[in-house]
Amino acid sequence: MSAEFDLKIHDTLADANLQLAIYTATGRLKDKRIEVTADDRLPDYQELRTQANALKKHAIDNLDHYLEEFERNVEAHGGKVVYCKDATEVSDFVLDLARRRGARLIVKSKSMTTEEVDLNERLEHHGLESVETDLGEYIIQLAHEKPYHIVAPALHKTRYDVADIFTKELHVARETVPEKLTLIARGVLREKFLKADIGISGANFLIADSGAVVLVENEGNARLTTSAPKIHIAVAGIEKVIPRAQDLAVFLKLLARSATGQLLSVYTSFLAGPRRTGEVDGPEEFYVVLLDNGRTKLLPDRSKRQSLYCIRCGACLNACPVYRKIGGHSFPWVYSGPIGAIITPQFMGVSHEPALPFASSLCGACGEVCPVKIDIPKVLLELRSDVKKSEAREGQNRIEKLAFRVFAWVMTHPRIYELAGRMAGSMAPAGDGKWIHSVPAPMSVGPMKAWLSQRDLPPSPSRSFREMWRQR
Amino acid sequence: MSRDNILHKVRTALGRSAGQAVADVPPVRLRLPEVAMEDRIALMRSRVEALAGKTARVPTMDAAREFVAAAIAGKTAVASNAPYLEECGIAGLPGVRSGIREVAELTEVCARVDIGITSADYALSDTGTLVMIASPAESRLVSLLPPAHLAVVPRERILTGLDELFTLLPDPAAQTSSMVLITGPSRTADIEQILVRGVHGPGQVTVVIVG
Repeated sequence: MSAEFDLKIHDTLADANLQLAIYTATGRLKDKRIEVTADDRLPDYQELRTQANALKKHAIDNLDHYLEEFERNVEAHGGKVVYCKDATEVSDFVLDLARRRGARLIVKSKSMTTEEVDLNERLEHHGLESVETDLGEYIIQLAHEKPYHIVAPALHKTRYDVADIFTKELHVARETVPEKLTLIARGVLREKFLKADIGISGANFLIADSGAVVLVENEGNARLTTSAPKIHIAVAGIEKVIPRAQDLAVFLKLLARSATGQLLSVYTSFLAGPRRTGEVDGPEEFYVVLLDNGRTKLLPDRSKRQSLYCIRCGACLNACPVYRKIGGHSFPWVYSGPIGAIITPQFMGVSHEPALPFASSLCGACGEVCPVKIDIPKVLLELRSDVKKSEAREGQNRIEKLAFRVFAWVMTHPRIYELAGRMAGSMAPAGDGKWIHSVPAPMSVGPMKAWLSQRDLPPSPSRSFREMWRQR
Repeated sequence: MSRDNILHKVRTALGRSAGQAVADVPPVRLRLPEVAMEDRIALMRSRVEALAGKTARVPTMDAAREFVAAAIAGKTAVASNAPYLEECGIAGLPGVRSGIREVAELTEVCARVDIGITSADYALSDTGTLVMIASPAESRLVSLLPPAHLAVVPRERILTGLDELFTLLPDPAAQTSSMVLITGPSRTADIEQILVRGVHGPGQVTVVIVG
């Protein structure tokens, strides 16, 4: 485990207010999801999950076909598709377009994909103003932080934190009532929407047979971002494409329920190209950026490629006992929780944060709640195996390998096993039949110490099973 | 250009060749329950109201006009170019701006008035959703910029749900650049999970069902 990962986890665990905030917010989202997916509310929930999984599997297994179909249809409606391999290509494209159109102000609606490529920072570095308009994302941008949760980016901020941030960054009178804070943001951002030259959104789905971008949101900021400015750019990962508009009847039923426990999010926008002749409003130019940024690295492995089915609902974060303790900022990249634990190592390489696939109890809750049935625990195990293989290649885990070789030798030699058992029994504290909370110094060293610091041991029995068996 | 490079990488990883057809496409899954019109209306109203939206049911187009006239009394409003609003006589009510076809003017008016009045192309009863299809009749901004949105919907446009919508419109892009589903007032819970309505879109949504 890297020192940074370790430190962030310990900081989060030590912060009682933060612990309460994470626990309450994820608990509420989790309960609402359970309520609206219950048998009496959505009898065909499991059938929908199965269909969503089949559709995602099919789309990813034939990704090139659907990308080309999507591209043809976007262009048929007067839009343009731009493929980008990485962060630099995305920002170069936006910067070049902004330069050619004389654009200065950009409004952005929530997009994990643009977080991934640090788009705001890159644009601002070149003198453009790029403003997040989702309330949570706006708070996070003003605080110069990363989203804490896929669907609730400012989950870790209290109303007092937000009051401090607004007072400092917006120079407004201090308000601590959420309604009033929201109104402040509405006022500031409304101005931006009406003046903005370019609107940048993400995409929840790309529809191959319509050439449409689908955006799901509750605030209306994505509608404003894609309606008010003259130029709309949607930035999407290549894995977002699904075959048909009709498949939305499956995905839309699952997405809002899994994310926030709503039947549908307040606004679902289905956008196909720029404003057409006769239409009263809408953008004059429509671009879709299709981003690779490491996604193609996930495709060769038939099992692990299911990580790309993710529709970013965040249900696995709310269900995860580890996320609910260590929070979003402990994770080394923008994607947190179980989905972050399987995506990050595959995008960044397993050696980026080798402890990540191990930061799970493998309880299976994530796989159970996933609306597209990604077998997250299975992928975690495969990644653990990859981490170990990579460590072995680099000769890093010699001690661990030796330890397991010794373990295997002991386990396959009954006499040695018995002797080792007796030795361990005599070394361990008696504990008087109670759980052992601390072990003597000679045993508590190096990796053992870290392992034992989080675990209690059962009391050592006075006689082993083998002894009892012999004396029966 | 990264296009060919990315597509090449995808094909190599998947073991596919350029232009290769797809096999075993999962069949479309759309289920159409039979729900009587009165039940659809009742469900539509209860869903909208559960989201803190308002609903009303009026028997005739004249009654719709009277309802709207009372709702906008003393306030300013803009109406979309929907023929149905014209037929109801709503577009011509005092205090209602209508017939705007120029985007700069529309933006300016929508940003200023209290209420945006539209019809809706469809409504989805099982979620309490309004379906707004951009066209010369319906703009994007009338249902978005003003702090209140009022939609006047003839009852025959109330569908059961998403499945029926996508059965009627297998490809919405064939007829519009923008189809928006509106399910209740704009909301956020980004500060301490406390629900606040009207963050960017209208904080009030009223659905008037005619017939």
